[in-house]
Amino acid sequence: MNPYITNLLILIAIYIILAVSLNLALGYTGLLNLGHIAFFGIGAYASTLLTQAGVPFIASFIIAGAISSIFGFLLVYATKKLRGDYLALATLGFNFVIYSLMLNWKSLTRGAAGIPGIVKPSFFGFTIQSNISYLIFVSVICIFCIYLMYLIVRSPFGRLMQATRDDEFGLRVLGKNTSVIKYKVMIISSFFAGIAGSLFVHYITYVQPNYFTLTEIILVLTIVIVGGIASLKGTIIGTFVIVLVPELLRFLPLGSSVLGPARQIVYALILLGILLYRPRGLFGRADLQ
Amino acid sequence: MIMLEITNLHAGYAGLEVLRGIDISISPNEIVALIGPNGAGKSTVIKSIFNISDVTSGSIVYKGEEITDLHTHELIDFGISYVNQGRVIFSNLTVRENLEIGAELIRDRHVVEKNLSHVFRKFPVLKRKAGQLAYALSGGERQQLALGRALMQNPSLLLLDEPSLGLSPKLQKELFETISQLREDGLSILIVEQNAKKAIQIADKTYLLEDGKIALSGGKDIIKHEKIKNVYLGGRY
Repeated sequence: MNPYITNLLILIAIYIILAVSLNLALGYTGLLNLGHIAFFGIGAYASTLLTQAGVPFIASFIIAGAISSIFGFLLVYATKKLRGDYLALATLGFNFVIYSLMLNWKSLTRGAAGIPGIVKPSFFGFTIQSNISYLIFVSVICIFCIYLMYLIVRSPFGRLMQATRDDEFGLRVLGKNTSVIKYKVMIISSFFAGIAGSLFVHYITYVQPNYFTLTEIILVLTIVIVGGIASLKGTIIGTFVIVLVPELLRFLPLGSSVLGPARQIVYALILLGILLYRPRGLFGRADLQ
Repeated sequence: MIMLEITNLHAGYAGLEVLRGIDISISPNEIVALIGPNGAGKSTVIKSIFNISDVTSGSIVYKGEEITDLHTHELIDFGISYVNQGRVIFSNLTVRENLEIGAELIRDRHVVEKNLSHVFRKFPVLKRKAGQLAYALSGGERQQLALGRALMQNPSLLLLDEPSLGLSPKLQKELFETISQLREDGLSILIVEQNAKKAIQIADKTYLLEDGKIALSGGKDIIKHEKIKNVYLGGRY
């Protein structure tokens, strides 16, 4: 397979895990979480540092998710009284805090220089070297993650998540503790973001704070909004659209100085088009309030 | 025997006192209406029973047991259910899922199924539309769904907060008929209403709340009282 295509497909698989897990919190539960990229970053750094300390990949991969989960719980616990826009701002702030830590805690993260030479995943005495085998590896994990999240949203707990989004007070007077539902959702959602971060850095074998900035938040949010709130299928298709459409620009005779801004224009156009003609996204089932 | 007895209740929200000494009693199989102007504290009475507002002093006794400090899920286990204002339903779930969430605290599947078929008998339209998403329901159907969802908990005391809000006169009439039927089924009902005339008509006992205190109480003949006539019914009746 063309290495360029392989590269794109690997990134798409990672972004699918990231975006679908964001949709669990944002779309299904109505938590306006703009801090999702921080969990992606925490997973990325955790997995990097653990494997460098000699922890096997599989363990690092799972622990990376677990550490992200802990931060996810702490974030939702600290913001449990906030709703809507206020929650969005607080979680966005969390993102900047984590970014600043990555940038400034130099003894741990080497700051802006980043950490190179991250090992390729290896397990049971087998190391994933080629991109093709990484694609197969990441696809299997991606499909497994989607299946798990599908089971979650179809379960009775998934119904409670959606009920929390539709009418939190209404659910509380039915005797359900909605705070606990939110804690669980954020623990699950940030776990998947964490393992996506791990998959990301073990693929490109390098990590730096600039991978986890506002631009990335906008990218993942765009995927979720274009694909549709509370739709797994929509998010998967949204990821393909948002990653692939700007790639088409590469085949136009544009200089590299124009290419970057042109990509941003394409994102903006897609987003505007969706908001004008399909405000619920391609397959959305609920409005984002 | 008395089902619910509220004595000298003071309650409000985070330091703001809304209710300033309220006494209300509800007997089994009785509809009790709370009427009064906006801001009088009608909803706060219901919220105090359901432990959603802050009770500062006074007692609430249900079937002989003090329930003032119990949690919401414990109150539901005791047989008290609450239908909140504005017919809020989970609009992106199906009608059936909405009802099943109402019975979320009941572990026994058979009981849930039994309650579900009871609700479907009571509200046939919900059975017809069981598989549809709830946001497609009309205003009247939504109110039936909100009521049905509370009935899934098999309550003996039902607290209704402004159920007729935003319904057309025809639907209001149907709603009040339904509420009267629920009394026939053996429920006790505490209803907070802005439609004072209708509330007095179906209630066995009516309390008029003004500025956090009971200004007047009585049976159906309360409607002839000068105060009710002039202030709440615009002197037309």
